[in-house]
Amino acid sequence: MTQIRTIPDRLQSPWARRLKSWESLLLVVAVTIFFLNSMASPWFLDPWNLSDATFNFTEKAMIAFAMALLIISGEIDLSVAPIIALASTAMGFAVQLGFGTPALVLVGLGVGLLCGAFNGVLVTRFGLPSIVVTIGTMSLFRGISYIVLGDQAFRGYPVDFAFFGQGYVWWVITFELTLFAVLAVVFGIVLHKTNFGRAVYAIGNNPVGAAFSGIRVARVKFILFLLTGLMSGVAAICLTSRLGSTRPSIAMGWELEIVTMVVLGGVSILGGAGTIPGVVLAAFIMGLVTFGLGLLNVPGIVMSIVIGALLISVIALPRLWERWRVR
Amino acid sequence: MKRRIFTTFAASLGLAAGLMGSTAMADDPVRIALVVKALGIGFFEAANEGAQEAAAELGNVEVIYTGPTDTTAEGQIEVINSLIAQRVDAIAVSANDTDALVPALRRAMDRGITVISWDSGVAPEGRQMHLNPSSNELIGGMIIRLAADHMPDGGKVALLSATTTSTNQNIWIEEMMKVMDQYPDIEVVSTVYGDDLADKSYREATGLMQTHPDLDAIIAPTSVGIVAAARAVEDAGKVGQVNVTGLGLPSEMAGAIESGASKSFAIWNPIDLGYSAAYLAYSLATGTAEAGPGAEIPMGRMGTLTLDENSEGAMADPFIYDASNIEEFKDIF
Repeated sequence: MTQIRTIPDRLQSPWARRLKSWESLLLVVAVTIFFLNSMASPWFLDPWNLSDATFNFTEKAMIAFAMALLIISGEIDLSVAPIIALASTAMGFAVQLGFGTPALVLVGLGVGLLCGAFNGVLVTRFGLPSIVVTIGTMSLFRGISYIVLGDQAFRGYPVDFAFFGQGYVWWVITFELTLFAVLAVVFGIVLHKTNFGRAVYAIGNNPVGAAFSGIRVARVKFILFLLTGLMSGVAAICLTSRLGSTRPSIAMGWELEIVTMVVLGGVSILGGAGTIPGVVLAAFIMGLVTFGLGLLNVPGIVMSIVIGALLISVIALPRLWERWRVR
Repeated sequence: MKRRIFTTFAASLGLAAGLMGSTAMADDPVRIALVVKALGIGFFEAANEGAQEAAAELGNVEVIYTGPTDTTAEGQIEVINSLIAQRVDAIAVSANDTDALVPALRRAMDRGITVISWDSGVAPEGRQMHLNPSSNELIGGMIIRLAADHMPDGGKVALLSATTTSTNQNIWIEEMMKVMDQYPDIEVVSTVYGDDLADKSYREATGLMQTHPDLDAIIAPTSVGIVAAARAVEDAGKVGQVNVTGLGLPSEMAGAIESGASKSFAIWNPIDLGYSAAYLAYSLATGTAEAGPGAEIPMGRMGTLTLDENSEGAMADPFIYDASNIEEFKDIF
């Protein structure tokens, strides 16, 4: 008796794969939270309120895009929030010297790039572990801000500088939200459609193998640190513009929120896997949860607990399910 | 496979449903948000207690006690944004940053929300008025009165300040000197500076007792100095001879009150402060009073607040803490 065996040329149909992906899980979570928010609070479904809510995540998400690439490549940058502080301090200093808005933007971006380059050189040239390097520069960058400012603040930013953090492009669409969307598309294309993006995945999965395949590992990593610094500079411009002043404590604790956003977005903390759409969804989820709970006047500490629980459950549930199904 | 998606969906739904509570709506109460620097600080919990007391007294007032997890301006802005979205009637904020909250608070005012600051102020363009716990004049008068109360026959007092350039302390001492003519029997023999360092303050206080053996009181208008001076008096065995007083925190001064090194000291009362802030916010939000230079706004049992040219007002004399009430307050702040 002959047995007919069929060997499928692919294990799952593309649609099935898409449905089972991390992103669709996140989408379901996001839609659910949106739905529950609109039921829980009568003020949630208001265009202006939703517009205000986007400020909870836009600046952090800008950095999260670059951070996602960095983490996929197997590195991390914990100094992003202090880079914001240093870039903002430098811009405040430039204001005191009488510079106008275009110069301020250049200063913000420039300081971000320099900080990123500093991290990048230490990691790629001297071969130091990025987590150690950036824990060090975390204290260094913010320390400089504290030395310059002490308990003082820089203020007096030009009126047109306020546009970046407080301006509207059209109706309720803020400048920050627009920038967030544009950057999402740009980073999505870079990671998913270019050779550079494929090199990032390759390095994250196997840096030695990538090097032997002709990828210039150190150069790619250096560029990723530069990019993360640059995005921190962009976020610094937006945040400083939104606050209208600079204090050395600006963006305190953001590095962990940004890493949380990236991990929630499905980027493997060990490197080698993750997508930009995942990070975009994670940004929306974190923004919606904090805003929704804020509308119900849930204390901030409970919000942190909720975010933590969300992170653990979203990561743990599929794995637990997988284990249970195999058994 | 379908089942798996359904299960993850159900799980996330259940999770999210657990997170969202339900909002109960009363018949349009006046909603006053008391925004503090950070939650979980005894001083602000006590202020909330006062605000709730004001709410109970006024009736049909809901006090929303809220604030960020840590003392950042960004955290407070997120809180303020969600309060704007809820269209609360008033926001009373103790600010983490004088300037950074201004854009957010201006937006609140643009949307018809009454905004006041209390305790730690916001720049004038970001609020309608500011409530100071006290004023330099009242503090200056209080610190000498505290010493004089326990010196019926007059005597010698010395000042232990922070640094020579500490603005607050210098102003308070200046204000104190202005009222010295009301105390003809009291002589200020010396002013020393402990730089707000515990060990230096201790040494300076010890030195004061050596150079002036007949000293009756040490006035320290700084929370570091007053504790150090009390310990110096205890160590010198002069409890009962030298009374330490000034401005201090109940939690740090409880030991000195117990040992008798300090008979009394003063600092603002957070309960009164929260009570007044809620009362003022209510008066402004309901339109029974209007903020502006020279305005007089009622604040219940705390009397009436008079605003100066910057729309700022001082609540009251610093509150006196002694053996009768230290137990109650030492756990608060």
